[in-house]
Amino acid sequence: MALTPDDVSRIAHLARLQLSAPEQAKMLVQLNGFFSIVEQMGAVDTSGVEPLYTPLSAVQTVELRLREDVVTETDQRERNQASAPAVEAGLFLVPRVIE
Amino acid sequence: MSTLPIEHRGVTELAQGLAAGEFSSVEVTTALLARLQQHQDLGAVLATNAEASLAQARAADQRRANGTATVLTGVPLAHKDIFATDFSTSGMATTAGSKMLAGYRSPFDATVVARLGHGEGHGENTNAQGAGMVTLAKLNCDEFAMGSANENSAFGAVKNPWDLARVPGGSSGGSAAAVAARLIPAATGTDTGGSIRQPASFCGVTGIKPTYGVCSRYGMVAFASSLDQAGPMARSAADCALLLTAMSGFDVRDATSAERPAQDFHAQMLTVRAGASAARPLQGLRVGLPKEFFPAALSNDVHGAVHAALAELENLGACLVDVSLPRTELCIPVYYIIAPAEASSNLGRFDGVKFGHRSAAPVDLLDMYKRTRAEGFGPEVKRRIMIGTYVLSHGYYDAYYVQAQKLRRMIADDFRACFAHCDVIAGPVAPTVAWALGEQADDPLRVYLADIFTLPASLAGLPGMSLPAGFGNGGMPVGLQLIGNYFQEGTLLHTAHALQQASDWHRAVPRGF
Repeated sequence: MALTPDDVSRIAHLARLQLSAPEQAKMLVQLNGFFSIVEQMGAVDTSGVEPLYTPLSAVQTVELRLREDVVTETDQRERNQASAPAVEAGLFLVPRVIE
Repeated sequence: MSTLPIEHRGVTELAQGLAAGEFSSVEVTTALLARLQQHQDLGAVLATNAEASLAQARAADQRRANGTATVLTGVPLAHKDIFATDFSTSGMATTAGSKMLAGYRSPFDATVVARLGHGEGHGENTNAQGAGMVTLAKLNCDEFAMGSANENSAFGAVKNPWDLARVPGGSSGGSAAAVAARLIPAATGTDTGGSIRQPASFCGVTGIKPTYGVCSRYGMVAFASSLDQAGPMARSAADCALLLTAMSGFDVRDATSAERPAQDFHAQMLTVRAGASAARPLQGLRVGLPKEFFPAALSNDVHGAVHAALAELENLGACLVDVSLPRTELCIPVYYIIAPAEASSNLGRFDGVKFGHRSAAPVDLLDMYKRTRAEGFGPEVKRRIMIGTYVLSHGYYDAYYVQAQKLRRMIADDFRACFAHCDVIAGPVAPTVAWALGEQADDPLRVYLADIFTLPASLAGLPGMSLPAGFGNGGMPVGLQLIGNYFQEGTLLHTAHALQQASDWHRAVPRGF
């Protein structure tokens, strides 16, 4: 089942990527090329197999660690915002979202 | 005492020279900074800061004078530019090879950087002191570590020192090229689907990707979080063992960090096997050869070099046994579903708000997101974001993403079956030697297919290693891959070290360097 140009537009929107018409056309060909090798996955019977979301769970019980709910970091706001595109009074600025 | 010039000394020889007072860290740092300048054409280096490096070297010399030096104190290295380096102390940006992060000033060090360097400054971590190595440079890599040729960097390609018209491999291409060219004794790399092992193979250096969870991912710009692992790249297994010892260990800041005691990989490497002798240090070691790693399509030169290295392992006492990894080919689609899925999620943070590139004069928030990401990401990163977004989207998630994760379990089970019959698995790292720059730049699928031998260990989370095994077509290096069972880095390093004591492929230096 090959992807269509509409699929590529829809995925690009979901991914928040603006693609030009030539980029979309090239992407369509490349994605369909890739998915041609993906089809073999569907032919394998995986019923009853547990997904392996994190590799160490193949050999040991992996428990999600929760840390104590205490403050461990000092205030680094200025350093953390040093590479922000637009900052004012310690706040990140974005285009107006509410008219 | 070694009489080699400084640039031709590896980590071990430099550490010995520093300990013997033969030279200071400032002298080594000065010499290697000059060498990095001299070979800028290689494209391996993205940033240096002589002032910051020399300050670290002075601190290292002071530490040695105080008697608080570690074995690595004062030895220089460079970091793949996927590791965050605190701008206030390193004076170097952290870019991940992307226009999106051009000039990004990290407010902190990655755990790996801190542990190899001046230590973790605060928190409850015990490794507060650090190994005291000197950071010389940030090294070029594929954008967000996505690539197998280092041609996806926003800051230009890296050349292979063995043939300047060829790629160095990727994504840790800058690390491999700089170590091979003797610009630096060692470098950090990261490996998601082969990004340490394949460039190590293409450039004739030694690199190890440890078991998933051995090195902290904190401060490593995330690509695919269930696969990403840091590891060292150097001139020998012994040098890698020293680095891995210093950079590994539990880190509370990485939720997937393996909870286990600190490891001395160098001591593990030197541990004598039961029944071994000086002539047969690998006596009784069972080396598994998966038949799927030696397909008809494997290039003759690679086949020949790998078999010569395997024969040497036999001479050293190892026995070769046939094993099978029947789903090797399936690893390609499985990996290229899972890694892009995780990448599309991880790279969602690049939205032009908190850091990095932002497009000019956006009309609204959506326009800002879309154009920021269109301008900031290169073609390969966009392709993977698109694949990942698609396979995670409603209606496709089960058929692609979940199915891939189930197959991943079956792939890990296949390894478990192999390790019932062998102690390490051996084979080629890549089907060919390094290809020409530009040759495959527009054929992403062909590049994905060339990852076939490195993806299986990545998916299972197993440790894997590449070490030089001679030369193939065009005089280009060929790597031997060793894969170990979970947490068996010591066995890999022991095997590689024995081979390197008996051979000199890893000592070859590219002409002109």
